[in-house]
Amino acid sequence: MSTGYEEAIREIVEKYGKDSRRLMDIAIEVQERFGYISEEMMKNIGDALGIPLVKVRDTVSFYSFFKREPGGKNVIRICNSVVEKLNGMDKIVEAFEKETGAQINGVSGDGEFELRYTPCIGMSDQPPSALINGIPVTKISPSEVKHIVDNIKKGRYSREKASDAISWVDKNIRQPGPVVFAPMEKGKAIRAALNMSPEDVINEVTNARLRGRGGAGFPTGMKWSFCRKAKGEAHYIICNADEGEPGTFKDRTILTEVPDLVFEGMTVAGYAIGATEGYMYLRGEYIYLKDYLEQVLERRRELGLLGKNICGKEGFNFDIRIQVGAGAYVCGEESALIESLEGSRGAPRDRPPYPVTSGYMNQPTAVNNVETLCCAARILEKGAEWFASMGTKDSTGTKLLSVSGDCERPGVYELEYGITIDKLLEVVGANDAQAVQVGGPSGTCVAPKDFGRKICFEELPTGGSVMIFNSKRNLLWIVREFIEFFIEESCGWCAPCRVGTTMLARKLDKILAGKGSQVDLKELEELANTVKKMSRCGLGQSAPNPILTTLKNFKALYEELCKAEDYIPPFDYEKAIAAGIEIAGREPVVEEE
Amino acid sequence: MDKITITIDGVEIEAKPGQTILEAALAAGIYIPHLCYHSDLVPGGHCRVCTVEVNGKFTSACTMPVQDGMIIRNNAEDINRERRKIIEMLFVEGNHFCPFCEKSGDCELQALAYRLGMLTPMLPYLYKQIEVDASHPDVYIDRNRCVLCGRCVRASRDIDKKYVFGFENRGINKKIALNSMNGLGETNLSKDDKAASICPTGCIVVKRVGYSKPFGTRLYDKEPIGSDIEKKRK
Repeated sequence: MSTGYEEAIREIVEKYGKDSRRLMDIAIEVQERFGYISEEMMKNIGDALGIPLVKVRDTVSFYSFFKREPGGKNVIRICNSVVEKLNGMDKIVEAFEKETGAQINGVSGDGEFELRYTPCIGMSDQPPSALINGIPVTKISPSEVKHIVDNIKKGRYSREKASDAISWVDKNIRQPGPVVFAPMEKGKAIRAALNMSPEDVINEVTNARLRGRGGAGFPTGMKWSFCRKAKGEAHYIICNADEGEPGTFKDRTILTEVPDLVFEGMTVAGYAIGATEGYMYLRGEYIYLKDYLEQVLERRRELGLLGKNICGKEGFNFDIRIQVGAGAYVCGEESALIESLEGSRGAPRDRPPYPVTSGYMNQPTAVNNVETLCCAARILEKGAEWFASMGTKDSTGTKLLSVSGDCERPGVYELEYGITIDKLLEVVGANDAQAVQVGGPSGTCVAPKDFGRKICFEELPTGGSVMIFNSKRNLLWIVREFIEFFIEESCGWCAPCRVGTTMLARKLDKILAGKGSQVDLKELEELANTVKKMSRCGLGQSAPNPILTTLKNFKALYEELCKAEDYIPPFDYEKAIAAGIEIAGREPVVEEE
Repeated sequence: MDKITITIDGVEIEAKPGQTILEAALAAGIYIPHLCYHSDLVPGGHCRVCTVEVNGKFTSACTMPVQDGMIIRNNAEDINRERRKIIEMLFVEGNHFCPFCEKSGDCELQALAYRLGMLTPMLPYLYKQIEVDASHPDVYIDRNRCVLCGRCVRASRDIDKKYVFGFENRGINKKIALNSMNGLGETNLSKDDKAASICPTGCIVVKRVGYSKPFGTRLYDKEPIGSDIEKKRK
């Protein structure tokens, strides 16, 4: 029963050296070729790789961009992140439904189009947006949807043309700063590093007091030092370009504007920890940047900034490979990212051991954020003292903020750590903020009484996402949206996150439906704390934050809905037994007290 | 090797380097409630029932290696309440009908619910529609009773070396998958495999032996789960 794919799959698998670690690439390519990955195809992939079907399916079924059933020829994924919904997403969906003939979550009759939702694609500064065959289209107005659909029919949105999107996605760098968005000279940071011993490079980064920009803020110098000292057959540096926190898009801008700075940082890190291989894990939503980044890498190889004996330094060999993801927020967690890089489902690992001692291929691995690596390169270029002179005591340097929502000037801002929310709102033009969500759904919902607080690790840490909601917005609806995001993105490994997030949604729904009581409010808080305390990784531990931080800062909104002192059942008793009464032909006998 | 001493609920016990907190506790006769852990398997860290507080931080005892001087809180009302909540979640996630389940009395989920004092789940049921697969001649899989502990996955992979079981999908849609396209009957699972008998609930069950032992005489009918461990200390 040959259907023609066996040969193609064999070729694809061979292209990737029959290496099961490359399962992500293999799956992406099989899907690009055939539109989906069927059970038979997975079996074929497994046979060619020498791994069981169940393992291939384990990976393929995990990522939201992989399809296991045939769908439309062109896939339109409309971003349903909160800021997008608040800025006309519904109208766009309607227009696409009309123009394509497909319903959302469905396929058009002619099989040409498929409409899907997808969480934040990193375009919250230019909503509403969508990914068309993986290519971003932003600031879509309902009236131009017809034009877009015509262009899809003309093949304008095909994989080969993906890089074109870089020209039409707004950069929106509203305020460049001295660290990331300053002019750079290729190779300068590397040459500075190579004049020092690896230990001194680490010391320089340590002295700059650089902390991880992904949000957790682990000291970078310490991470590199642990990694360098850990024994292993090989050491690896991984750049985490999987920015998935809703409302963040600063890495998108870094990758298009200063990709050399990122690769420069990776190379410096490689030298410091003793790595010869580096990986950039690029989120599936940014696949349109892949070819462009490959070109940048190629140019760097030509310039001797990658490859063998870099910058003439005998014995310093280092190169970088880009690994693309396929739609999974949790892969931003470093150990889940490593699992994905090894071709598995992106489920986080238990710690200890930490990646610095046992990461990629169980070898010492440093995983750093895109922005962190930029900072590291600059520190080598300009010195620790220069870097540490900016920011606050425990948060040196600048931070890129991705500002979106209700403000006049959404976009990327490079600002010194320590800026207050008040000041930031002034800079971005927001004068009616009811709340500011700092750090995305997993962060904190800040109320006006706290707008004097500073953005820095000591007070309000953030990976970069800042969403502003004005006084007209329904904050609890936003909370519910955030919880839905975590339900979608939970990896399902552990029970409290897998089940608990859905339980939180049920409880919120009850309250939002006006059936909440004081009892529900108490139970909501308890449940949120259970998920926070008992979950296995950062995703589950922060999934209840939208509820917990609004319960703390906007308690009145909940109390307004939970005035009843007595418990209200979540269902309508009369309605529930109506069918039974109908069948029995009589009312139930109610016992007298 | 160095001697390691840890303290659990005020009791000092000795542990060996490389042991996890759970292994050390069980060896010393201290019961830490657990579900996905099995002594023959590498830990999975799925259920989180064995969560304890170590030096003020919550962590799973089955995955955390012992370190000298660890101060651990285990059998405390606040921690048991969280564990009970997880057991409740597992009950409402699946469709568990203890009264007519052939695993009743031998079921670790049911036994933990009793031990932790769960009377009934207070959370809303999800009422998932789940099919039973009885295509294998000797073993059936009823995912209604699955708690996604992954024991079958680990046992099949590490002990039986067969990869009969795996995971599929993510989040609340995650489920146990099979290494076949047409059900359990198409896999090379044998009823003598470790994976066929390691399920803590009635999800993966060997056929035709379910009622050979009468209700009332089963493992957890007389004593709560963990009693055998605690007897070691008395």
